[in-house]
Formats: sequence, C-alpha cells, structure tokens
Amino acid sequence: MKHIAIGILGAAALGFAASAASADTLSDVKAKGFVQCGVNTGLAGFSAPNDKGEWTGIDVDFCRAVAAAVFGDGTKVKFTGLSAKDRFTALQSGEIDILSRNTTWTINRDTALGLNFAGVTYYDGQGFMINSKKLPGVNSALQLSGAAICVQSGTTTELNLADYFKANKMEYNPVVFEKFEEANAAYDAGRCDAYTTDQSGLYAVRLQMASPNDHVVLPEIISKEPLGPSVRQGDDKWFDIVKWTYYALLDAEEAGVTQANVDEMKNSDNPDIKRLLGTEAETKIGTDLGVSNDWVVNIVKATGNYGEIFERNVGSGSPLKIARGINALWTKGGLQYGMPIR
Amino acid sequence: MSQEVIHEATPQRASLLYDPRVRGIVFQVVLVALLALGIWWIVDNTIENLRRSHIATGFGFLKGRAGFDIANTLIDYSSDNSYGRALVVGILNTAIVAITGIITATIIGFLVGIGRLSNNWLIRKLATVYIEIFRNIPPLLVILFWYQGVLALLPNVRDSIGLPFGSFLNNRGFYFPRMVWSDGAWLVAVGLAAGVVLSWYVARRARARQMATGQQFPVFLTSVALIVGMPLLGFALAGFPLTFEFPQKGTFNLTGGVNVKPEFLSLYLALSFYTAAFIAEIVRAGIVGVPKGQTEAFSALGLRSGQGLRLVVIPQAMRIIIPPLTSQYLNLTKNSSLAVAIGYPDLYAIGGTILNQTGQAIEVVVIFMVVYLGISILTSLFMNWFNTKMALKER
Ligand SMILES: N[C@@H](CCC(=O)N[C@@H](CS)C(=O)NCC(=O)O)C(=O)O
Repeated sequence: MKHIAIGILGAAALGFAASAASADTLSDVKAKGFVQCGVNTGLAGFSAPNDKGEWTGIDVDFCRAVAAAVFGDGTKVKFTGLSAKDRFTALQSGEIDILSRNTTWTINRDTALGLNFAGVTYYDGQGFMINSKKLPGVNSALQLSGAAICVQSGTTTELNLADYFKANKMEYNPVVFEKFEEANAAYDAGRCDAYTTDQSGLYAVRLQMASPNDHVVLPEIISKEPLGPSVRQGDDKWFDIVKWTYYALLDAEEAGVTQANVDEMKNSDNPDIKRLLGTEAETKIGTDLGVSNDWVVNIVKATGNYGEIFERNVGSGSPLKIARGINALWTKGGLQYGMPIR
Repeated sequence: MSQEVIHEATPQRASLLYDPRVRGIVFQVVLVALLALGIWWIVDNTIENLRRSHIATGFGFLKGRAGFDIANTLIDYSSDNSYGRALVVGILNTAIVAITGIITATIIGFLVGIGRLSNNWLIRKLATVYIEIFRNIPPLLVILFWYQGVLALLPNVRDSIGLPFGSFLNNRGFYFPRMVWSDGAWLVAVGLAAGVVLSWYVARRARARQMATGQQFPVFLTSVALIVGMPLLGFALAGFPLTFEFPQKGTFNLTGGVNVKPEFLSLYLALSFYTAAFIAEIVRAGIVGVPKGQTEAFSALGLRSGQGLRLVVIPQAMRIIIPPLTSQYLNLTKNSSLAVAIGYPDLYAIGGTILNQTGQAIEVVVIFMVVYLGISILTSLFMNWFNTKMALKER
C-alpha cells in the first residue's frame, strides 16, 4: 500500500509540478546554489557512500564536474539516491537536474521517456555471474538453460535477459526484484543459479557476496549498455552544459591536463590547450556555453580528467580493478572521443 | 396584487437564507463546483506538463510488446505478449494470492478465535500468544520472515527434502506431481457435477421432511459420500484416465511437476497468518457478543451444546462478525502489494516494471487505482450479499 502511495505521489508530482520542469534549468540551479543530481543508492565504482559518508564513483564525480563548470566549485552538488524504478520519474518531475545513475542510453528512453542523453561515461555490456562452488561445470552462459536467474526490475537488464534466452532457445526462471539489495541477497542465499546485470555491476556485486572468490563472471556479453548522464528534453542550454562537461573531461585527458598539472598548463602556448583552459585572449567559449571561461580549469581541479576519474573509481586505484578496455580514449584504441573545443 | 405577493414573498426570502435545507443544497453545489474545478485544474496542468516535457501519453502503450519475462503466470505469457497481457498476469497473481490468503486466514482465524474462548488453559493461552505476536508485527516483516527466515534456509536443490507422493521441498519452493488427464477425464467432471447437484437436492428434501415430520436425515455424510463417490465412479468407468508427472532433478532445478515458488508461498503464508490474528479477534468478539441467555435458552430447549453452537450462537455471531471481516479481507488484498519486496510478480510489481519501461507513470497509476478499487468493490459487494443472507430474518 505504501508503495502505491509513493507511486501516486510520484505521478502527482509529475502532474502538479507546473514550474518544476521549467525550461531554464541553469537559472534554477544558479538560484538554488547547487546542482541536484540523481545517482545510484549504492553501486561500488559508480555511486556509493564511502566509509566517511561521502559519495564516490564515476557517476558522482560527473555531477561534481558539472557543478564545477557552473559554479567553479565541485562541492556545490547534492545527491539523491534513486532505485532503477524511480529514476526517470525523478528527472521528469524536476526533482533532480541530472540523472547520472548507470543508466543505459536507449531510443525508448531518449524519445518516449522524454530524456536527453549527454554522452557515454562508461561503455558497458550485460553479463552473468555464477557461484562456481555450486556450479563447477558451468563456464558459459549458453549452459544456463533451465537456471533460475536473479535480475532487477525496471532495467534494460531484464529485457536483454528475455531476448537472449529466447534467441538461444533456452528456458529460465526469472526471479525479479525491485531492489538491488534484495536481488543480491537472494542470489547469495542460493535462490538463483545466476545473477545478471551490467558487467561493471557484476564486479561490484561480487565484492558484496559472502565469499567473493567463489563467484565468477561468465565470458559472454549479451548486450550493449552505454551508460551516461541524461537531462530533461526541452532545455538545450542545460543539455549543452552537461554534454560539454563530458567532452571537456575527455579533451582534458587527451591534452594531458590533469588535476596535478592544470595550473601549470594554464601557461601553455599550445593553442588547443589555451582554448580548452580559456586562456586564449578574448575567448568567449565558456561564456557562450553559459558558464565562466575557466570552466574546464574548474572541472579538472574538482575531479581530474576522465582518465583520472576512471582509474580512481573503477580502475587500478579502486577495489574493482576494471581495465580501461573500450573506455580508453580513441587515440588509444578505445571509444571515448571528445568533440573539439573550439 | 403585487402588494400582496411582495408581502408574502419577503418573509419567505428572509427565511430562505436561514433555511437549513436550502443552505445545505447551496453548500453542496458550491463544493461540487470547487471539486470539479480542482480536478479540471489538475488534469489540465498534467496534460500541459506532459506535453511540455515530451513524455508520451495515453493508453496505447498497453498494446506494445512487453519484452520481459514473468516467473509466476496463471495464463500463457511470454516476453512477446503485450504490456496489457502482462498486467492481466499481474492482476491474476494478485487475485490468486488474495483469494487463497483469504480462505486460509479465515480458517486459521476461526480456529484461533474459538480457541481463545476454549475451556482448555493451554489452547486459550496459545491462541492469545498467536494473536499478540502477529497483530503487533508489521506485515512486511512477516513476509520477510517467511521469505528470508524460513524458506531461504531450506536446503538447495541437490539436497531437496523428499516428501510423500513424490513431492519435494527446497529453497526453490515446493514441488509436487502434476496430474495429467487423458481421454475420458470428462466423466470425472460429470461425476463431480452430479455429486454436487444430488447433494443439494438431498439437503433440500431432508429439510422439507424435517419441517414436515421432524425426522432428521444425515445430510452431511450423504453429501460427502456423493461428492467423493460420484467422481470416483466416473473415474472408474472411464478406465482410470490419470497419470502423474513427477518432479525430477534437472541440471539446475527440479523439472516437471508443479512448482509453487517461495515468493508466492511466503506472501501467501504471511498474509494468511497476519490477517488470521485480526480475524480471530473479530470471531471472539462475535461469539462473546451473543448474549449468554441464548445459550441458556437452547439448553432449556434440549439442544446439545454442539448443535446449539451451530444453530443458535454462530448464526447470531455471524451478524457481528461479517462487517469487520470484510475490511480484513480488503486489508489482506491491499497488503498483497507488499509482494514487491520479495519479487512476487503481483499487479503492483508488474505495473511498476511497465511504468519504468514505458515511462507512462500516470496511466499506470490510474490502472493501479482502478484495479485495486475494483477488487475492493467486488469483495465488498460479495460480503454485503453474504451479510444479508446471514442476517437474522425477522419472522
Ligand atoms: N544499465 C541498466 C541497469 C541499471 C541498473 O539499475 N543496474 C542495477 C544493477 S547493477 C543497479 O544499479 N542497481 C542498484 C540499485 O538499484 O540500487 C539500465 O539502465 O537499465
């Protein structure tokens, strides 16, 4: 009953909030003095509170970068933890300004749900995890016919799962939970033979299991999961700021601008770097975007460039130890490609 | 002439202002107008906002391909079916857990309620403890207790607990053989129907005879014999057209047979046990509410205490019991939406998934409200009908 009440409230918020979904998010954000950012309630590497109670993760840092672009201060951001199911309503109703919650960019979300995706902060794909102690013979997802599979509802994950088993003419028993913790607990308790979600999520879930080393991620990747931040449709200015924050993070990495050397780089003679850091004479790049001209300096000071964010949260500097892989810059054989700032 | 009319009208007009009836009507008209205005404002605002935020609207999405699978389905369903059919699956799942829950809760509730009035000290105390425990725990906790505290601790598939008749119990639920009927099975159904009709006829005749002659007839035993015997006869005549499909160990799970999943079991058990505690109190209050004089009266008439309870006390107690019982049934149905916590695909869980996949928040919430309201109204109508049937007929 309580759930229904929340649902109704959500729908009501959507309906009533005449001003919330205003078309000028930038002014609203400036008036409030902070960016309200919707993140995951707890997915290691993407957004989770650390032992000091501070939010950490790629998705969290992306919002800090936006706050730094707007305010010159990466701390002017507040986070709202959202379940997979509540996330879109929260954005549509104006409760949050950005949705940065390991959310897959799909055409349905980009159109029918009224979202605009600003970029792909992490190229992911869906995989399966099993307990190798309980299922020693299984080393491929194609052996999972007849298995019970734990999955979270309201995700692309449950759709891909259905398609994959159908395409391979296999049967399975879906065990579908609304909450992450419930799905994890059920899998750990042996209710399901396998767990499925984005591969990055599998690594995070694995660390939360009673004995992580018993669990293996199967090699198959069954879908494309481009995860990225999104905003409401109908506000091009705000969309631009979020989109170019993403490109700025990539361009900074490509130009070798890091948290440590950004002040030094301001003296660079390289025209690319001068444009990037707003040190070109009479530059209007930042102000045209609606922020200050040293916006990229502020971003990099707050969070570091894309590579630094990656390594700190999910890469070598984190317990997840995920390799850059396809998330490397295009210059290093990956897919991350920042549009030119000029 | 006008003089007179004015003379007459003036006091009337003055009194119109103070006439409570006129005032009442005016207030009601104003209230309805305000309400209509308010609703119009909300609807208009909503439509405008949805348009401005480029969100699709309307119920057309129900025809779209659902794309997700559902574990417990009472009707055929696959991810190729529509969102609409997925919703029907959810509604049926809500209905089945509500109906089975209501039946079980009523049985436990009556037993415990009568137990509280027992002369046996132990039974009385046990009933009291049961009621106090379950009445004071939130239903969600009772559900989680069954799910995580009981069913999740059962052994895994490999070490399934074997039960009689080829049934098994493990942490994937309860498995029992499926009945597979072959040719001629319709004779069994015919036998059952015949048994029911005959018992009804016997009961009618027996009552008429008792009214006329005072002679009694063992109606209950005869009915049982007819209802069990006739289908058996049909079964034998058709040459025993029944085989069983037993659950067997597959690679991962038991395959074949019927599997009652732990999600359903824990929701069903929790709702039954929880609601039964309230029903027990209602039953106790109903029985206590029948004046002691009635008991004395039936003893004086020479009825045995069992007969008296059945013929005199319970019919009167039912009058007190049924109205609050209805609201317990409604509570149970609404509490079933807590299913979402353990992944049982009821209307609320499936609707939530659809809401998320399509973004049609308002439409889905409207469907929620209509369906839950519909179920509640149906339950109330049925119980009201039952209530009038049970009400004392003044003669
Ligand atoms: N990328 C997928 C899945 C996103 C998702 O919600 N994944 C789950 C499993 S890793 C999750 O983050 N759960 C955390 C939570 O709900 O708190 C989508 O956008 O639908």
